[in-house]
Parts: sequence; C-alpha cells; structure tokens
Amino acid sequence: MGRRLLEVRHLRTSFFTERGEIKAVDDVSYHVDEGEIVAIVGESGCGKSITQLSLIQLIAQPPGRILGGEVLFQGENLLRHKARSRAMRDIRGAGIAMIFQEPMSSLNPVLTVGSQLSEVIRVHASIGRRAAWLRGIEALEAVGIPEPAQRMTLYPFEMSGGMRQRVMIAVAIACDAKLIIADEPTTALDVTTQAQVLELLVGLVASHGKSLVVITHNLGLVTRYADRVHVMYAGRIVEQGTTERIMTQPRHPYTIGLLNALPSLDGDPDTELLPIEGAPPSLRDLPDACAFLPRCRFAEAACATLPFPPMRAVGQDDHLAACHVDV
Amino acid sequence: MSMSEGPLLSVEHLGMSFPVTSGITRRRVGEVTAVDDVSFSIARGQTFGLVGESGCGKTTTGKCILRIITPTAGRVLYKGVDLARADKADLAQYRRELQLIFQDPYGSLDPRQQAAAILREAVTADGRARGAGELRDRIEELLSIVELGAAMGGRYPHEMSGGQRQRLGIARALACEPELVVCDEPVSALDVSIQAQIINLFKRVQRQLGITYLFVAHDLAVVRHISHVIGVMYLGRLVEVTDARALYANPLHPYTQALLSAIPLTDYHAERQRARIVLRGEVPSPMNRPSGCPFHPRCVRATAECQQIMPALRAIDADHLVACHHA
Repeated sequence: MGRRLLEVRHLRTSFFTERGEIKAVDDVSYHVDEGEIVAIVGESGCGKSITQLSLIQLIAQPPGRILGGEVLFQGENLLRHKARSRAMRDIRGAGIAMIFQEPMSSLNPVLTVGSQLSEVIRVHASIGRRAAWLRGIEALEAVGIPEPAQRMTLYPFEMSGGMRQRVMIAVAIACDAKLIIADEPTTALDVTTQAQVLELLVGLVASHGKSLVVITHNLGLVTRYADRVHVMYAGRIVEQGTTERIMTQPRHPYTIGLLNALPSLDGDPDTELLPIEGAPPSLRDLPDACAFLPRCRFAEAACATLPFPPMRAVGQDDHLAACHVDV
Repeated sequence: MSMSEGPLLSVEHLGMSFPVTSGITRRRVGEVTAVDDVSFSIARGQTFGLVGESGCGKTTTGKCILRIITPTAGRVLYKGVDLARADKADLAQYRRELQLIFQDPYGSLDPRQQAAAILREAVTADGRARGAGELRDRIEELLSIVELGAAMGGRYPHEMSGGQRQRLGIARALACEPELVVCDEPVSALDVSIQAQIINLFKRVQRQLGITYLFVAHDLAVVRHISHVIGVMYLGRLVEVTDARALYANPLHPYTQALLSAIPLTDYHAERQRARIVLRGEVPSPMNRPSGCPFHPRCVRATAECQQIMPALRAIDADHLVACHHA
C-alpha cells in the first residue's frame, strides 16, 4: 500500500431541523491510502453519503452543519477551508472527485457533453478552449467510449446510462483527481453494464495510481473489488477491516445480519433467509446505548445500560468492531 | 399437484408490439417489438421467475398476462380460457383472481386512506354484502397474514416504512383471494435487511394459501431464491428456461452465463477466484433489433449462422430450454 492519502478523524455532521437534530454522521474515523479501494457499506439513511459529502463540504448549510473532526487530505485539514472558498473549489474535482448514482442529474441536459467536460478541465487547468476540448476527447477515450470526438458533441440524453456514467468518470480522470469517491456508481445500471463500469473504474485506479472510495449497499461488489470495508449503521462506523476479514469472519451483529439476509446465487434456495428483524432507527432520537440493540440477536442484558460501544480490536489487520459482546 | 391437472397459466407465443409515431399528426413510422414469441407455463402453487435487464420485456409480459394491455399476438391461457382475446364480461370474472404487486408501494397506495380503509376497499370489491364484524375480522386477518399488527390498520401509507408499505401492498393483493399474483420488482426498492423479510413473507404466503406467482425482477439472486422455474429474457425473447437450481449450476445460454458472471458473490474466496465474463457493448434498442439471434453482437460464440437465423427455444433435456445455436 502507498502513503496515507486521506485521514478522517472523529467527523460529526448533523442537520438541524424544526423537529430536532439529526445526527447523520457521528464520530466517524477512517483512512484511505494511495492506490487503495475502500468500501463504505450500509443501508439507506445510515449516513454513508453524508460522510463523503462532508469531506468536500457539499452539505447544505443550513440546515446541515459539520460539528467537528478533521479531514486530512494529503496532510491538509480540509475543514479549515470555508465551503465556498477558492481553496475548497480547487480540491473538489482536482483533488477529490465525486461520481454519483444518477449521472443524468450531475450533467446539464442543455449542454453538450464536450462543453461540460472541457469547462471542468478549464476550471482546474489554465489552458485554452481548444486544448481543453482535446483533453476532453482523450479522457473519453480513456474511459472506453468509442468515437470520442463525435461523442463530445452529443447531449447527455443522447447517451445510455452506462455511457453517461463513463462521462462522469472521464471528468474525474481529466482533472487528475487523486481520490475518486463513487456514491452507488452502478446502482442505476443494468447488471452487465454495472460490471463494465466497475471494471473500468477499478482498472483506472490501478493504472493511474488513484484511490477509490465506493459507497454501496451491494455486498457482492465489495467482495469483488474492495481492499478494506467499513460498515455503517445509524451514523456510525460499526465494523471495519480487510474485505477478507469482514466477509469471512464478521464480528459485528449487524454485519453478520446483513450477510445472512442476502439471497445467494449458489446456495440452497429452499433455506429461509435470516432477515434482520425490525427497521433501522430514526437518526432524530438515537438512544445512548447501542443503536443496533433493538434488532440484535446477540444482545446481552448489559448492552441496554452501557453507552454506545467504542470500536475495539477484534482480530488481525486492524479489524475493529463496535460491540460489547464477543460474537 | 396431480399430474393430470394442467398448468394454471400457459402463455403461448405471446407478442406485443407498440407503434412508434412521429410529429403532431402521430404518423406511424415503425414499431417496437417489446415481447416476441414468448411461451411458458406455470403450475398451480409454483413460482415462475422472469429475469432480465431493463427493456427486455419482462414487465410488458406481466402486463399482457393481466390484460392491462392487450397483446398483439399469442394466447394467455388461464384455466384454459384465453385472456388475451376474452371480452370485457368474461375478463371481469377473472380480474379478482389475478392480482398485481408493484415495486413502489408508495405510488400504488392512496395517500389519503388509512391502511384498514385501503384493505376494506379491496375486500368489498367483489360486491358481496358483509356485516361490519365480518369485514373487520377479514381486515385483521389480512394484516396478520402479512405480519402487520392490528394497530397498523390506523396508519396512513406515509407513516409506514418501505417494508411495512410493501406488506400492505401484499395484503391488498391477497384481499380478493387471488389465484395468480404478478409481482413486478416487489423487493428491489427495499434495503437488504428488509428485503429478506419480504422474500420470506412471499414464500410463507405461498405455502399457506397455495398462490401461484409470476415474479418479475432483475436481481437473479432474489429470483432464484423465490422461484421454482426461471425464464431469462433478452430483447423481448426468452433465451433460457430452467429450474432454479440448474440455472446457476448449469447455465447454457451465453447471455445467462454472462449475467451470472456479472453478479458478484459474497463468498470471499469463491468470488476472488471466479473467472469473469465482461460483455462488450450494451443492450441494443428494441427499435433496431439485430438480425438473427438478438444477442449475437455481444456474444463471444457468435458465428455467421447467428447473424442470420433466429434460434428457437428448444429442449436440451426435460425441463431445460435454450435458444442458442451453440448450446
């Protein structure tokens, strides 16, 4: 593994609404090294996207507010910068690029792909229109779009979902971002297109020396591509470790529950799935005790009286879990 | 099921073409064939799973069976009666027995009615007079079948979680004691932990009430877990039909093989050693379908024959059908 690229320490982000504080990200710490593929896993509303948006301060403030913590990117604390500052704008795109689930909503429908792509390049590199256009063509070629020069003149609606997602990846490549954060990058795509886009993204990480953070709910994708995994529940990271450790020896009841709940392609279809009973808690009134307690199969009497369990070592290779019980 | 009894539903050479119009005069400029020569049957109390990527015609097939749209070719034999050509009066008789469950229950539940009122409307749809007590008992029974407490009857859809809403959608479909239920992507909007609860519910309801399902979805692992027989669709045609176990153990169509390979496993060691088939290109538009086998432009095994001759669905053994020249 390469040097440390990103180190997030004790990040906390909340939204303040009329009905109270929503703790979307609560004391989240993790890191990404150069050349690494790190997965953040969790169900909808667990705070996985808000964590990533907080890094580059893409949170609507108000109602959102980053309450504390540090985001060290290449050694520099990004939270020192104001959200609208020049320094922060330079980091977005050129330092950290984000790819979202639905590329159509990240692209302007009334501008050609080429004009959007070259505009972004010109914002980050001081080059002329023509040079930016040519670099845009190179970027489209790098993401495997055939006839890139012609495709530059198309509008987003003239492209398929897979093509549009490739354009988003091209934007990240063209600006030479060190860290690419992909938020459910393939959820809106068909399975066979999904495989193409991910192979591309993972290939670029390897060949261009990038790092990748993938936010996903798809545990299969994690198993296939990630080096390390962080599992989030109710705004906190509850387990982290290498993909091999997490997938073969999960130590948090929530991770275990997720793996048991998935129907498998190769298993016996007649066995009952083991769902996690109940539903995730509202982030508006979280208990002081473990947030997973009401749904936990391993809970002991003490869990209800103890505060939220801190992350503690449960195995080799920096395998941590936030659970009072040895499961 | 006794051997003498025929299938509950038998679809024969089903075809559905939509006209493509242009301009304000709605001039007909061509047609799109969404479903082409699809044949399969479902035995009573069994589940037939229909899988494929977006635009493959799986939802259109479901709609044709329920006669939400009238197919342009073929027959839909339900208990021996051709629903595709039945007149309104005959159809009305069968409507009660054929029900539909949608992907997004939020969009199909009246936001201004409480759960109990939604169910009451479905229960009384047959026009039979019922006493207040009988009606209340039936609504409570329906709520308990889908594991919603009686108190849930007083909730509005927006006060329920996604999983609870889908349970209500299932209860409403069961209200008129259907024999065949078409489930269109019923769990794809749900989180993994909730998805397992609903899949188990579908299977339990089938065991208890002997209902027959047509289960339409894109997630092969989910479909495999719930179905007895699976049909794989590509560009409007069935390319492979087999029982759920054989599909993973012995897929014969190159598209099925690629589809399976594109889905990552969560078994870490198996996944990391697995050979992957990444298909080239994307699914062509149904507006300009390739000649011959619709899959040939993306197929590694394609030959000159495949470009010219459409392969028919043929039996490889007793219950394994494949539409490929090279299988």
